[in-house]
Amino acid sequence: MKTQILAIGRHAEILQTVVRLVNNSPEWNATGAGTDDEAILAFSTQTYKLVLLGGGIEKESEDRLCAAFRALNPDIIIIQHYGGGSGLLAAEIYEALG
Amino acid sequence: MAQTILHKAETRGHANHGWLNSYHSFSFSSYYNPERMGFGALRVLNDDTVDAGMGFGKHPHDNMEIISIPLEGDLEHKDSMNNVAVIKNGDIQAMSAGTGIYHSEYNKDREQRVKFLQIWVYPDKKNVEPRYDQITLNLEDRHNKLQQILSPNADDEGVWIHQNAWFHLGKFDKGISTEYAIKGKGNGVYVFVLSGDVKVNDQLLNTRDGYGIWDTDKFTITADTDAEFLLMEVPMEI
Repeated sequence: MKTQILAIGRHAEILQTVVRLVNNSPEWNATGAGTDDEAILAFSTQTYKLVLLGGGIEKESEDRLCAAFRALNPDIIIIQHYGGGSGLLAAEIYEALG
Repeated sequence: MAQTILHKAETRGHANHGWLNSYHSFSFSSYYNPERMGFGALRVLNDDTVDAGMGFGKHPHDNMEIISIPLEGDLEHKDSMNNVAVIKNGDIQAMSAGTGIYHSEYNKDREQRVKFLQIWVYPDKKNVEPRYDQITLNLEDRHNKLQQILSPNADDEGVWIHQNAWFHLGKFDKGISTEYAIKGKGNGVYVFVLSGDVKVNDQLLNTRDGYGIWDTDKFTITADTDAEFLLMEVPMEI
């Protein structure tokens, strides 16, 4: 059973890269969302363990998304992904998932 | 009482991709060590060697302050802001990835390898406008004294980044000593030895060792042999 990860980011190419890199791991499966509406819709149709907040997400959107996700799943882990689909991604996920 | 942490050179992560030989002071890519997740806002310190004619293809970054310091050879940089530049020993490059950029880095030389430090610092604000900066430093300005190469201020010496950080380089003859006064409240300093042996207070460091020191206002650094080193002052809280 793969760990489901929702990756959100405003930069389409970077988001694609993040999703591809997460999916390189046999343990993880990532879904990408470029907008708040896409993210909230995706979250309501799949059980996620982790949300990665990527670049370009405004504070208001971040607050709105976090509130919506926690209302649906109080145990959801939400972290900021830094660096843009880079060398930090795996370590960030390992740290978040414990 | 100062807090310290010693990272001996041989304890770093190591990845040899053939064309790229990289030593990671902190967790990066396939090297994951929960005890090595950075030093305050300093998240990545990669000690890279790139073979002649090889390099990093186009790849993205966001929300990170990325600093490159070439130690040997030339590296060509191209990015999505239409910057094309070659950085060489004596230069320093700073890039704020902010909302997102693409770039590539190639060793265009067909014979000589490139050695460079790739350093990532968490930004103090997210989603800034991407920017690129590169300057050439005067190598004499670090001989037996500290040369500031990075700060948070656009009008200060060196390049600047979106973080309350200061970097200095030193090239000291054996026996030369100086005191470093920490500039930012709550900051610490990560010392990285490029060559030779130095002492930070009483702690002996050898080539490529790293040493973090915080919860102090100042420390003394002394060249035990002819030595070159990099001081990276960063906030300890992100």
